[in-house]
Amino acid sequence: SNYLQRLEMTTVCHRPEGLDQLEAQTNFTKQELQILYRGFKNECPSGVVDEETFKHIYAQFFPHGDASMYAHYLFNAFDTTNNGSIKFKDFVMGLSILLRGTLREKLEWTFHLYDINRDGYINREEMTEIVRAIYDMMGKFTYPALKGDVPQQHVDAFFQKMDKNKDGVVTLEEFIIACQEDETMMNSMQLFENVM
Amino acid sequence: MGEYRDRKKENQERLAEDNEANEGMDAPLPPHSSSRERLWRAFENPHTSTMALVFYYVTGFFIAVSVIANVVETVPCRPPKGAVKDLPCGEKYQLAFFCMDTACVLIFTFEYLMRLFAAPSRCRFARSVMSVIDVVAIMPYYIGLVMPENEDVSGAFVTLRVFRVFRIFKFSRHSAGLRILGYTLKSCASELGFLLFSLTMAIIIFATVMFYAEKGTAGSTFTSIPASFWYTIVTMTTLGYGDMVPNTIAGKIFGSICSLSGVLVIALPVPVIVSNFSRIYHQNQRADKMRAQQKVRMARIRMAKKGTANAFLQYKQDRALGDRHSNSTALCVKNRSAFEYQHNHLLHCLEKTTNHEFTNEMNYSELCITESVGYRTSRSTSLSSQQGAQNNSTGCCPRRARRRAAMRLANSTVSVSRGSVQELDTLKSTSIMPQTRSSLNAQMSDLKLNCGDPDFTAAIISIPTPPANSPDDSLPPSPAPIPGILRNTRATAYTHETVKISSL
Repeated sequence: SNYLQRLEMTTVCHRPEGLDQLEAQTNFTKQELQILYRGFKNECPSGVVDEETFKHIYAQFFPHGDASMYAHYLFNAFDTTNNGSIKFKDFVMGLSILLRGTLREKLEWTFHLYDINRDGYINREEMTEIVRAIYDMMGKFTYPALKGDVPQQHVDAFFQKMDKNKDGVVTLEEFIIACQEDETMMNSMQLFENVM
Repeated sequence: MGEYRDRKKENQERLAEDNEANEGMDAPLPPHSSSRERLWRAFENPHTSTMALVFYYVTGFFIAVSVIANVVETVPCRPPKGAVKDLPCGEKYQLAFFCMDTACVLIFTFEYLMRLFAAPSRCRFARSVMSVIDVVAIMPYYIGLVMPENEDVSGAFVTLRVFRVFRIFKFSRHSAGLRILGYTLKSCASELGFLLFSLTMAIIIFATVMFYAEKGTAGSTFTSIPASFWYTIVTMTTLGYGDMVPNTIAGKIFGSICSLSGVLVIALPVPVIVSNFSRIYHQNQRADKMRAQQKVRMARIRMAKKGTANAFLQYKQDRALGDRHSNSTALCVKNRSAFEYQHNHLLHCLEKTTNHEFTNEMNYSELCITESVGYRTSRSTSLSSQQGAQNNSTGCCPRRARRRAAMRLANSTVSVSRGSVQELDTLKSTSIMPQTRSSLNAQMSDLKLNCGDPDFTAAIISIPTPPANSPDDSLPPSPAPIPGILRNTRATAYTHETVKISSL
C-alpha cells in the first residue's frame, strides 16, 4: 500500500484551498502564504509531502547522523489528518501555530509532538524515543564520544524536572507550567517571532 | 464504479511497472554479491558496465544479421554456370549461409545458457516469455543438425525453419517500444477477444447468407459456406480482392450490407486498443522521467550532505578562531547565505541539546585513542577551547534573532519554510533538554586534573550524569534549568579553567 500511496500522490496534483480560506484559518497574510506556497511547491511539485520525501529533506540538514526517526515524529505532528501525507494546508497550519500562535498554543503543539500516541500524557517510553531520535541526529562522530545510555539519563533528568506529582507521566498542564517557569525557555520562544 | 475500476487497473499497472523498474534499478550493488548476481544484473541492466553494453550490442547485431540472412536466403540469385532456372541464394551459397547461421546460433545459445546460469530463479526464468522466444529461435538449427537428410521429414524440416523468424522477437529486449506493444496487446486482451468474437459471428452470418444467395448461379465461386468465409472476411475488412464476386442481385445487396457492417464492427474496438497503447506509452515515459529525476535528487542530496557536514565543522573552527581574536559578535554575521547561517545555528543548537559536539571521523578516532590512553593531546586543546569559545558566544542566540529579523528571507523561500520548521523543533527540543553545558565542563576540568588516572574512561562515561555527581558546588542546585542558551558567566569561568589546565 506504500507503493500505491506513492503512485496516487504522483498522479494526483493537490491544489490547496483558497487563499482567503487559509488566511482566515492561519495567522499569515496573503503575501506570506504565497511565499510559503512557492517554497513548498518548489520542493514538492506534486503538492503534497509524503514521509519519505520529508525524511530526505530533513536528512540534508543533519548530514552527520540519522535524522529519520525525528523526521518521522515531526511528520506525524504535522500530519494532523493522519493520512500519510502533508498537504500545504497542514504545513501552513503547523507553521502558523509555531510562528504566530500564542504561547500556550506553541507549547501545546510541542506537547503533541512529544506525545507520540496522542493519549494526552508523555510517558517515559515516548520521551526516551524522542530523545534517542535526537541523539541519532548527532551521528557517531561526536566529542565526547557517546558512551553509556546517554539518552536514558537525559530522560531521567527531564522527568525529574517536569513531572511535578511524580506519577511517571507528564500531562499537558505540568508541561506548560514547567516551561513557563523557565526563563531561558521563554526567551527561546521569542526567536520564532522573527523567522519570517 | 467504472471509473474506480479503471483507476485501479491503471494503478496496478503502474505498480507492476515500478516494481519492475525497482528490481532492475541502477542502485549500486550490495557489496558482497556473488559473480552470479553480478552477471544477472549485467544482463538485465546493460548500461551498468561496459562489458555488458558491448555484449548487448553484439547480440543485437547478430540478431539483425541472422534475420537478414534468413530473408536474403530466399532471394533468387543468378543461377550457377550451366543451369537455366534462377536459384535462391540460399542454395547457391549454401556453405556461406550455413556458417553464418551457425555463428548466430552459437552466440544465441551461449547467451541463453549464461542467462539461465545467472538467473536468480531458474524455473521462473525458463517460463518467461523471452526465454521461450530464445529457445524457439535456436531449436530449428539443432533439430536440423540432428535430423537426417530424409525426404519424408524434410517437409517438417522446412516448417521448422519458419520458426527461425522468431529470432526477430529477440529484439524486444533491445527495444522498449516493442515491449510496450506486446504489453498493450496483453492488456487489451478483452477488447481483442470481443473483436474476434463479433467478427466471427458476423462472418458466419454473412457467409451463410451469401452462400445461399449465390447458390443458384452457375459457375459461382461460392462453393460452400467455408468458401464464403474468405469472401466475407475480405469484404468486411474492406480489402476487396475481387477473386470472389457475387453475381445475383440478392448477393450484391447482401454483399454491400456485409461491407458496411464490417466497417462498423472493426472500427469499434480499435480506438480502445489505441488509447490503451497511448496510455501505457505515456506511463512508460513518465516512469523514465521519474527515475531520472529520482537519480538526480539522490545525487544532489548526497552531495549536499557531504558539503554541509564539512561546512559545519569548518564554521565551528572559524568561530573558534575568530572568538579568540575578538570578542565581537561579528562572528554572527559572516559572509554566508541566510540559509547556511540558519543551518549552522540549527546544528549548533543540536549540539547544545545533547551536550556533545560534532567532529569528523579523524578527530573522533584520535579522541578514542586519546581517551583510552588517558593523555590529552593538543587536538583536544583546540576542541576544549572551541567549547569555551562556544560558551562565550552563547549570548549570540538572542543577537542572532535580531540578525535574522534583519536578514529578510524573502529571497530564499525554501530556507524559510524548511529552516524555520526544523529550527523550531530543534529549539523546542533544545528547550526541553535539562542539561547544562556548564555541568559538562565541570566534569571535563575534573578529568583533566586526573591525567593518567585509570578511571579516566569511566569519568568520560559519567559526563552526562546529573550535576549532583559533580564535586563542584557552584553548579545550580536544581537538576538543571532548561537551557537552549547557557549561562554566560559560569561557562566563561570554566573556559578559562579548561584552557589553562590543558595547556600543561
